[in-house]
Amino acid sequence: MSKISVSNLNFYYGKSQALIEISLEISENEVIAFIGPSGCGKSTFLRTLNRMNDTIPNTRVEGEILIDGKDINSQTTDVVALRRKVGMVFQKSNPFPKSIFDNVAYGITINGIHKNKADLNERVEKALEDAALWNEVKDRLNSSAFGLSGGQQQRLCIARALAVEPDVILMDEPASALDPIATQKIEELVVQLKKNYTIVIVTHNMQQAARVSDRTAFFMLGKLVEVNDTKKMFTSPDEKLTEDYITGRFG
Amino acid sequence: MIEKRRLVNKVMTTLTALCAFGVVAILLIILGYISFQGITSLSWQFLIETPKPVGEGGGIGNAIVGSLTLLGLAACVGIPLGIAIGTYLAELGDGWFGTIVRFVADSMIGIPSIVFGVFVYALVVLQQGYFSTLAGSVALALIMIPIVTRTTEEIVKLVPKAMREGALALGAPQWRVTWDIVLPAAKTGIATGAMLAVARVLGETAPLLFTAFGSRFYNIYLDEPMASMPVQIYNYAISPFEEWHKKAWAATLVLITLILVINIIVRYTTRKKY
Repeated sequence: MSKISVSNLNFYYGKSQALIEISLEISENEVIAFIGPSGCGKSTFLRTLNRMNDTIPNTRVEGEILIDGKDINSQTTDVVALRRKVGMVFQKSNPFPKSIFDNVAYGITINGIHKNKADLNERVEKALEDAALWNEVKDRLNSSAFGLSGGQQQRLCIARALAVEPDVILMDEPASALDPIATQKIEELVVQLKKNYTIVIVTHNMQQAARVSDRTAFFMLGKLVEVNDTKKMFTSPDEKLTEDYITGRFG
Repeated sequence: MIEKRRLVNKVMTTLTALCAFGVVAILLIILGYISFQGITSLSWQFLIETPKPVGEGGGIGNAIVGSLTLLGLAACVGIPLGIAIGTYLAELGDGWFGTIVRFVADSMIGIPSIVFGVFVYALVVLQQGYFSTLAGSVALALIMIPIVTRTTEEIVKLVPKAMREGALALGAPQWRVTWDIVLPAAKTGIATGAMLAVARVLGETAPLLFTAFGSRFYNIYLDEPMASMPVQIYNYAISPFEEWHKKAWAATLVLITLILVINIIVRYTTRKKY
């Protein structure tokens, strides 16, 4: 059974339809990249997977999204539990105005995951290690998160997401605001994380998609044009539209 | 061309600086004049004693305690309520109900404070049959609430959506996002709003004339009249005695200093640490 199973998904902002009949299966522990021109709906689609679009007024979802076989849009879905299971890292890092430690610990404490103070400290350390940030911050856990560089803040946000032990991590252009070295660190991290998590990554950067992902899905104007193994997608894609986009004829 | 641009720049900068200087100068002149007039009557006895007949000295001790008591009671109710309503308006107030609440709050800010005094007089004083500290606090709280509400709403709205989304994405329910993330991020601004309300209310005379009435004694009971600084200043100022006019100046100086001290304390304790 796929980890995430989307069937005939339609999404509306008011009267305007942003996603048209999307159907997609995502397997456990794979990295799948969403590519496509600006405004094609990839971020919107990503956000339907953890129901972050609920925060936008006047939106409507039609169709089915199953995660671990359960419909996430039903009346009985616990959205809070869903968001714990399906974490998200945003395009622009958004640490809380708290210390580094408190940032990572926040998700743990509100979900009551830890058993005691020592356990909390261990979990925070593990999350920071998994996000490849521990060595850089271990001596200043109580300093403000805003004192970190952009790349470090983004890794902090990843650590924060990892701390609540999700199954799936959604990444919305996580490296687009970062310099090449920081980007490389994030990409290495994604490849590492694949072992334990299912990762969906939206990116504008096709080389990045080629480097990190197992499969790639190409979106355009709200439709899923093609989804394929990454190697095949970037060498001999099935659709002409895909080929045109990848070779830079438009978008 | 460049010369003209630079000239205009210099002229406008100078004008702006003059305006700023002018405003600060006016403020300093007022403070200076009050200090000059009032400093001679300032003494320990003045700060501790209750008012006495002319020629026997006396002071504003009970008025200081009275003002702080009335303020404290009003703030205990007014500030939390104002913050709660303001937060509601910012987070959930987009519908018709929010519009009505906002309109009512805006209108209340514009109502002259004497109206609140008369209102509470009718509602509390007449029902109870006596002037009381409770009535005075109610009147002051009614003045504070809309001010705190509107400033809180504006500040909470300024907290970036990205910060809220970060918390939601971790599996935080809406109330946690507001309580753990949004309000702490807004606390400096909220404190400023609360300070505005406090400063406004410490200087209110009219509503207290009808509710707490004023007193010549120290008092701690909610069901008795209470002295307050503005009322005492008023009593000293309209009297025909020169000695009492001097006391009015001194009391004004004390009042301004009190507001300044409270302001500094609040700003220091709520400064942004991160």
